[in-house]
Amino acid sequence: MPHPAERRLICRHIDEPGYTTDIQCYFRHGGYEVLKRSVARKPEELIDEVKKSGLRGRGGAGFPCGVKWSLVDRRSGNPIYLIANADESEPGTFKDRYLIHQDPHQLIEGIMISCWANQVQQAYIYIRGEFSQGARLLEAAIAEARAHQLVGPDILGTGYSCEIYVHRGAGAYICGEETGLIESLEGKRPYPRIKPPYFPAVLGLYQCPTIVNNVETLCHVKHIADMGGEAFAKIGTLNNTGTRLLCVSGHVRRPGYYEFESGKITLGQLLNDICGGPPPGRKFKAVIPGGSSSKVLRFGERFKVRQRDGSTADWGVEDIPLDFDSLVACGSMGGSGGLIVMDDSVDMVAALGNLNAFYAHESCGQCTPCREGSLWMKKITARMVHGDARPQDGELLESVADQIAGRTVCPFGEACAWPTQSFVQKFGDEFTGYAEARKHPSAASPALI
Amino acid sequence: MIAPPKPDLITVNIDGREIAVPKGTNMIEAARRLGIEIPHFCYHPKLSVAGNCRMCLVETGTPALDHATKQPVVDPATGRVKINWVPKPAIACFTNAAPGLHIRTGTPLVRDCREGVMEFLLINHPLDCPICDQAGECKLQEQATGYGRGYSRFTERKNVKPKRTRLGPRVMLDDERCILCSRCVRFCKEIASDDVLGFVDRGSYTTLTCYPGRKLENNYSLNTVDICPVGALTSTDFRFKMRVWFLKTTPGICAESSAGVNTEIWSREGVIYRITPRRNDEVNDTWMTDSGRLLYKQVAAENRLRHHLVGGAATLPAEALAKAGDLLKAGGVAIVGSGRSSVEEQFLTRKLAEALKAPAWLVGRVGQGDGLLISADRNPNVRGALMTGLIKTPPAPQLSELAAQIDAGRVKTVLSLGEDLAAAGLSEAQLKKVAVIYLGTHASATSAAAKMVIPTLTVFEKAGTFINQQFRLQKFAPAVPGPQNVADDLVTLSQLVLTAGGPALASDVDGLWTTLAAEVRHFATVTYQNLPATGLLLDGSDFAGLPFPEGETLHFKPARSDAVITT
Repeated sequence: MPHPAERRLICRHIDEPGYTTDIQCYFRHGGYEVLKRSVARKPEELIDEVKKSGLRGRGGAGFPCGVKWSLVDRRSGNPIYLIANADESEPGTFKDRYLIHQDPHQLIEGIMISCWANQVQQAYIYIRGEFSQGARLLEAAIAEARAHQLVGPDILGTGYSCEIYVHRGAGAYICGEETGLIESLEGKRPYPRIKPPYFPAVLGLYQCPTIVNNVETLCHVKHIADMGGEAFAKIGTLNNTGTRLLCVSGHVRRPGYYEFESGKITLGQLLNDICGGPPPGRKFKAVIPGGSSSKVLRFGERFKVRQRDGSTADWGVEDIPLDFDSLVACGSMGGSGGLIVMDDSVDMVAALGNLNAFYAHESCGQCTPCREGSLWMKKITARMVHGDARPQDGELLESVADQIAGRTVCPFGEACAWPTQSFVQKFGDEFTGYAEARKHPSAASPALI
Repeated sequence: MIAPPKPDLITVNIDGREIAVPKGTNMIEAARRLGIEIPHFCYHPKLSVAGNCRMCLVETGTPALDHATKQPVVDPATGRVKINWVPKPAIACFTNAAPGLHIRTGTPLVRDCREGVMEFLLINHPLDCPICDQAGECKLQEQATGYGRGYSRFTERKNVKPKRTRLGPRVMLDDERCILCSRCVRFCKEIASDDVLGFVDRGSYTTLTCYPGRKLENNYSLNTVDICPVGALTSTDFRFKMRVWFLKTTPGICAESSAGVNTEIWSREGVIYRITPRRNDEVNDTWMTDSGRLLYKQVAAENRLRHHLVGGAATLPAEALAKAGDLLKAGGVAIVGSGRSSVEEQFLTRKLAEALKAPAWLVGRVGQGDGLLISADRNPNVRGALMTGLIKTPPAPQLSELAAQIDAGRVKTVLSLGEDLAAAGLSEAQLKKVAVIYLGTHASATSAAAKMVIPTLTVFEKAGTFINQQFRLQKFAPAVPGPQNVADDLVTLSQLVLTAGGPALASDVDGLWTTLAAEVRHFATVTYQNLPATGLLLDGSDFAGLPFPEGETLHFKPARSDAVITT
């Protein structure tokens, strides 16, 4: 059951007893009514609503959705494609999976409204390979929607046609990067494209203008079309509008996904009040606030953050409001909304080793710094964990990470460098004294590699 | 007053120096024009941009504009326009000239980027330069020296990848040395239209490989070896034969077809070890065929003619030449010239035919063009024979006119310049009726039956010029000396001209060009010395109506598409 402090918008029916993925159930809950109303409106009006809503992309970068839509080249004469990015692979993030598994029609309705707004006639749902059940659910839901003339030719008798295809990935994290996703969808290795000039809005899928939006973002579009952009903008806080799905995992008593108004809840409230605090007898040590690639926050850190009114706030980790801007101001990011919580039993070197193993495994290998650097960092942390740590390893790790960030084709460079940079910066003592500490292992430290 | 730049030129600023470059020029090329080297591995001027090696990262910036006036802001301290530098470095290979673009290639950030990339490229590289064939012409070696830190901080285990993988009959792959620049992949796809190479696996374990069940065996496969910046791809023909720093290079022209591919001939102490393409953007870009690269093997071929023969017996050169002169002076001579001879040789052949009042033919060699660098005309120099006036029309593959004249008893002696008369359609009976003087490089059925054999030099042993399908006059130089006692073709021919009662002509290329420039209208201002390395396009309009067999090739479109002869 939802926590009383939650504000459920896109998760409104999720977990409701008796709520199924069946289209009849969706109809009973007012399903596709917004689409019916939307196709009666002018597409530009809908784009305007999304702009007014201030909706920011929920995939990780937080780029304003309305701006993304307005960058689309509509004069090229080429078709415009829309892709729902359901390649949810960021460790610690599991929100899109629930949205697809429990309410696929909400996503389809959101896609169809977005397609009408942008006059798209062909949309794809790029779903990660591991989500086989999700893919089946979506296929079934699309078939149902097509049977009701909600997808496909002549939607609701308007003469407007739009197809949705489900495309399953083959299991690569990099396919979540929009240009890598587009390459993969074209049937190639998902090597991200160089931006500029290959901005999807201009030269995307098959070199045509393309919109790539996250599943959660597209679900929000349905509610923006429903309540209007201005009403949506009143939810949450200024510049961080609407609700936000947060996925909490790790050392809390009640992990899971929660939906809150953006910025209306602090990290401390979430972890202590809603998630029940750390396991008995433990203390929080660190939290990764926005998916594994965001920089870690150390409990006990202080942040001096300039407020909108000009004053300066002095926050501890617990005081940080969970929205894009506050987390950026504290040197991390809201990212995909996946919070990974670590208590005082965690060996930070081993935890970083785990992350580094992931990034080394997922680096696509296209460009040098990320390809070689991610594996090197993995080899260093693995060696440390396996008993051959040297005092200077932390410094070396940070230097390797510095040689990656900002020098790669795609943001994977930052994604794999940030964990290392922040772990070493904030838990440097653990890295320096690792060999010594390992001589007296604490019984509480579970092996993470 | 400085003239305003041409409208299609864009001025960019590199390390404080301005240069105007054509639209679309990237910063590696623009910097090159200023003599500034921006190191790179994956960028190749004739391939699409991949941007994966990240070696060419530079700082970019644009003039700061005043918000109100939109005019550039001048820094009062320096009096110069203030530049807003982008904090994130950009790859020079994909940064094209744009108005106001400034780049910096020598800042601490750029140096750090290069050191970082060099370190990354080397951590999993085997560092086996002492046994690597690429050593001496390895970009990784050169740039590690120029831009690396000079020491390694890597103490982990290196990745293990396949060694000695045979990608095809001529190309060997060492995956551990590969830096995954994708030049070879792009070459096969974009130039050779044979998309057989690709990467498998991910991250640092990414491995170059061939498509399952396929081989890298197209006729352009060795270009991948040329463009491989490291020792990953090596030529099975050349590997382990010679260290490249011992080799000298000589500019050559490929005699494979009328495409006229520019080549570099690599030799040491009179032995050729390999041939690679020489860049000519008007002819072959930076490519050449595998078949053309192997032509050097003819120099030391077993059937090479090394002795003057009279009636099958070895004879002193002077004696053989005198006897040949006697035979020619006896009359009833017909000459079979060659489309493989140089312009100079063809000119002397014409002079000889005139002196003897002998008819002259060429043997046409027409095959399938490959649309790239092998044209349908397998004679490298038919247009030379046309321009020097040796022949009037492109030659037929069969010598049927000569055969008819032999049958009619009008020909007693046939002088063949390396052409196999039997292969060109003369019957055994017809050959028996005549005395054959054979001036050639290699033994054939004709040389075996010839009354006299005078050995000559291959294209690798002499200087000269060819005129390719574009009517581009291109010169080549001798890379290695010819066999002992074998005189230059020009010496032999000029002597025969003199014996036959013709004029005294120079027997060297420079000297002959004085005559050629004077006598042949198309060559009016040319000397051998002033001929540019990339050749000189001649006016071929006099010959526009002739039925040349060539179809379209790289940088060449035939004047008339209906002139294509299929055989």
